[in-house]
Amino acid sequence: MASNKESFGKTLFVVIGLCFICSMLVSTAAVLLKPTQLENKLLDKQKYILEAAGLIDTRKGKVAKADIIEQYNKHVEAKVVDLKTGDWVNDVDGNTFDVEKAARTSATSFIPVNDIASVKRVANYGVIYLVRDENQQLKTVIIPVKGYGLWSTMFAFLAVEADLNTIRSLVYYDFTGSGETPGLGGEVQNPQWIAKWTGKKLYNEQGELAIKVTKIPTIANSQYGVDALSGATLTGNGVQNSLEFWLGEEGFAKFIEKARNGGLS
Amino acid sequence: MSEAKGVKQVLTGPIINNNPIALQILGVCSALAVTSKMETALVMTIALTAVTACSNLFISLIRNHIPSSVRIIVQMTIIASLVIVVDQVLQAYAYDVAKQLSVFVGLIITNCIVMGRAEAYAMKTPPMLSFYDGIGNGLGYGAILLSVGFVRELFGNGSLFGVEIMARVADGGWYQPNGLLLLPPSAFFLIGGLIWMIRVYKPEQVEAKG
Repeated sequence: MASNKESFGKTLFVVIGLCFICSMLVSTAAVLLKPTQLENKLLDKQKYILEAAGLIDTRKGKVAKADIIEQYNKHVEAKVVDLKTGDWVNDVDGNTFDVEKAARTSATSFIPVNDIASVKRVANYGVIYLVRDENQQLKTVIIPVKGYGLWSTMFAFLAVEADLNTIRSLVYYDFTGSGETPGLGGEVQNPQWIAKWTGKKLYNEQGELAIKVTKIPTIANSQYGVDALSGATLTGNGVQNSLEFWLGEEGFAKFIEKARNGGLS
Repeated sequence: MSEAKGVKQVLTGPIINNNPIALQILGVCSALAVTSKMETALVMTIALTAVTACSNLFISLIRNHIPSSVRIIVQMTIIASLVIVVDQVLQAYAYDVAKQLSVFVGLIITNCIVMGRAEAYAMKTPPMLSFYDGIGNGLGYGAILLSVGFVRELFGNGSLFGVEIMARVADGGWYQPNGLLLLPPSAFFLIGGLIWMIRVYKPEQVEAKG
């Protein structure tokens, strides 16, 4: 048998047989593990939403899976917003709506004119997370933002208080590729830096977007400024651009305007 | 040489005597990328060991049937399939770490250690011995990764496996971390230093001059 292994027929047989076995192996693994993976992904997102809202603190140790699910179901409501009008879209479920998928399809997305955050395409609908306390009082509104940093697209949750002006936190939860440089741009995930956002204001008294990631001390120490990370200018610019984009006209500006004028209550 | 002694030799040889990174200088790319933390270094070691061991086993099982004209493609198919399976398992059961390792699990496919062992060892050796050889080389890879990861995380971040050992100045402690250690080039210096130490201890590993 081994003697004629170089023959044409044997070669074909080995290659086809091997491909068949390997493809069975790979697809079995992918299909069997898919539910667990999706669950993980969802859980991971929910964990960061709760963290942005200040309901859990992952720094104090791992939070149990059951806790995340319970807290999320109790406090968080995911709602879909039409970016163009700023109105709620009540017939789409925010928990199952896939923004990334919608952004990839031309029928459900648009190409932004002023694409400062390099997002390429934006879905017509966005998801907003409303966080309520035990008495059903609206505490936090969570706005997802994303934008290009130095090496990767960075995904974050911007948590603002019910006035849609005071920042609670800005939590980066995912990066494409291998992420930002650890120790430099990667410090956007440093709790010390995240803490700098708490209490800052998005808009000035004239209602203009004023929040700025900056190295200039007078601005950084004001209520509209956040001290930039040293050694990570481009990542910092990316953070600034993502905020400007998603709070701007082609992002959630319409929604925020309506909500600030009492549209959320 | 008895059977048991052979197995021991195959398992422990690659750790110091014939280390895939330190002597053969293979798999350095991923060693630079995933060693900024002990956790990622450990998971990467386990992933690579599993792939090398299983690919060696399967390739060795069918070694007498692999036509030499397509042998590299056959090896790659087996390795790539195993890597996808490992990647899927990591995403299902170690999601946080899988997120940090990102592309590097997928890049095990092109890791020269896996290919090198398949072509140089598994193609000529019986299955069980090949399997042990895969584990041995995984351990050798892991020994370097974990040593480098230990230094990088401890002195670069003041922690080990994410547990704080030395309180950082930024967190109100006393330790000023060495930021260079968190960047990939520092792994070059550390791996170079390790190779130097191993060769001082074992001068026979030094290449002949000229």
